Order: sequence, then structure tokens, then C-alpha cells
Amino acid sequence: MSRSLLTILATVGLLGLAVAVPIGLVLLGALRWGDDVLFFIFAEVLIGAGLLVVTMRDIIRCGLAMIVCFGALAGIYVVAGAPLVAAAQVLVYIGAISVLILFAIMLTETKDAPTRLVFQTQSIGAAMAAVVLAVIVALAVGVTDWPAVGERIHTATDTLAEVLFNEYVLPFEIVSVLLLAAVIGGVFLAKREEGSGP
Amino acid sequence: MSDSLDAYLVLAGLLFAIGTFGFLARRNAISMLMSIELMLNAVNLAIVAFGSFIPSLSADGSVIAIMVMAVAAAEATVGLSIVIAIFRNRKTPLVDEYDAMRQ
Repeated sequence: MSRSLLTILATVGLLGLAVAVPIGLVLLGALRWGDDVLFFIFAEVLIGAGLLVVTMRDIIRCGLAMIVCFGALAGIYVVAGAPLVAAAQVLVYIGAISVLILFAIMLTETKDAPTRLVFQTQSIGAAMAAVVLAVIVALAVGVTDWPAVGERIHTATDTLAEVLFNEYVLPFEIVSVLLLAAVIGGVFLAKREEGSGP
Repeated sequence: MSDSLDAYLVLAGLLFAIGTFGFLARRNAISMLMSIELMLNAVNLAIVAFGSFIPSLSADGSVIAIMVMAVAAAEATVGLSIVIAIFRNRKTPLVDEYDAMRQ
């Protein structure tokens, strides 16, 4: 059996599993239909794509997996009741930052890069540190008693705009100056000097 | 599950840990920047989750998340142009070959 066929079969199997697990949980009574199932599927896609971003060998595929990751995160924002943040996520991350990163990958790609070692030598220590970090965060979340309500508060866009342009107008202006500085700095840093290399 | 703050925060913690692993373990400078983006997204998810479950933060969470996105865009621009500038000098995107200050 050819390798690409195996890849396709594995992908289809994983996608089927990703849909089957929440449906099974619903049938068992652990999840409810609607938002819970959506949240579960988006969370699965988010974590799966995130793992692919940090483990895959071919960096251009890492970039494409990162787009999937950002898309799933936008879905989670919608489930959480922040539709404007989800729209900004799609526009800024999928539309701008991903494209920027893909262009940077294409500019810095060398022929021998994908065939060589992807991880540093200390990657096992890094994996242990990451697992410990995740466990600590989960424990802290479980122990802390948040002053939270049991249902999501939907943030309407007009309320958000009122808060943004009254209370947060100074940070808003500062961010605009920061973006201008970043654009000028980026152009200056990436500018090719006369008569030097590619 | 989608009605509990804990689920969102644990998800954010997992994504942050994945980003940490990628930042510490990858050799390619652009992979490291991608891992930083994952970590920023994880923090953003936590902020939005707090905003949508704690009544006194309801609109502030979204506003702060949008600010973080703008700053992340600025960070990505400057970081990637620095990587490209280094690549032009050293002809490699691998960070462990940037050893000019070690010699």
C-alpha cells in the first residue's frame, strides 16, 4: 500500500474519531448537544493542530497547521460568546499573521532544512517542562475558586465599542502608534541593502 | 462543558504548554516564532474566558483580547523581519548555528 494512501486513511480515521468521541460522550450523558459538542470538537482540533505545529518535520506544513489552529480558536471564541474577538481572530491571525509567517518560511527555506534534525538536543527536557507546566496550570485552575457565573455572558458589539472608545481610548491610541512603529521597524529591518546578497 | 470557566482555562493551559514545548525544542527560528504565537493565543483564550464568565469583566475581556491581538501582530512583524535580516547574513534559519557571540 502506498504511503500517501496510508496518510489519507490515517487522516480520515482521526477525523472520524474526533467526531465520534463527542457523539459517544453525548450518548453516555457526559455532554449535552449544541454548544458542548461544538466546544469539544473545536478543542480537539485546537490541541491536535497545536501539537502538529510543534512536532511536524516540514515547516511549511507547520504553518498550515497553525492556520487550522487559529481557525479552531476562532470557533471557541464564538462558543464563548465573544463574536467580535472571533472575527478579529480570523482577520488578524488567519488573514495577516499566518500569511506573514508563510512568506517568511518561503524566504528562509533552505534545501537541506527539512531533512535535518528538527528538535534541539534538550527537547526531552523541554517536553517534561511543558507537561509540568500544563499540570500546574490545571491544578491551579481546579483549586482556585473563581467568582464566575455558571453561564456565558454574551458580549454585544455595541457594548464592546462603548467600552473600547470610552474607558480604553488611551491604550487604543497607544496601540495604533505601536503598530506604526512596528511597520516602520519591520520595513527598515527587512530592507535589502544595496549590493548585498539575496 | 462549554458552560464552565475551568474547561476554557485548562484548554488555554494545554495550548500554552504546547507553545512552551515548541519554543524550547524547535531549532528553526520561525518555528519558535510560531510557538510564541500559540502561547499568545492561549493567553488570549484565557482572557476571553474570564471576560465571558465573570460579570464585572464582561466587555473588558474582549477589549483586552483585541489589544493583545494588535500587539501580537506588531511582535510578529518585527520578529520575522529580524529573522529574515539574520538569515540574510548567516544563510540559515537554525538558531543553534547563530553562535557568533559564543566564539
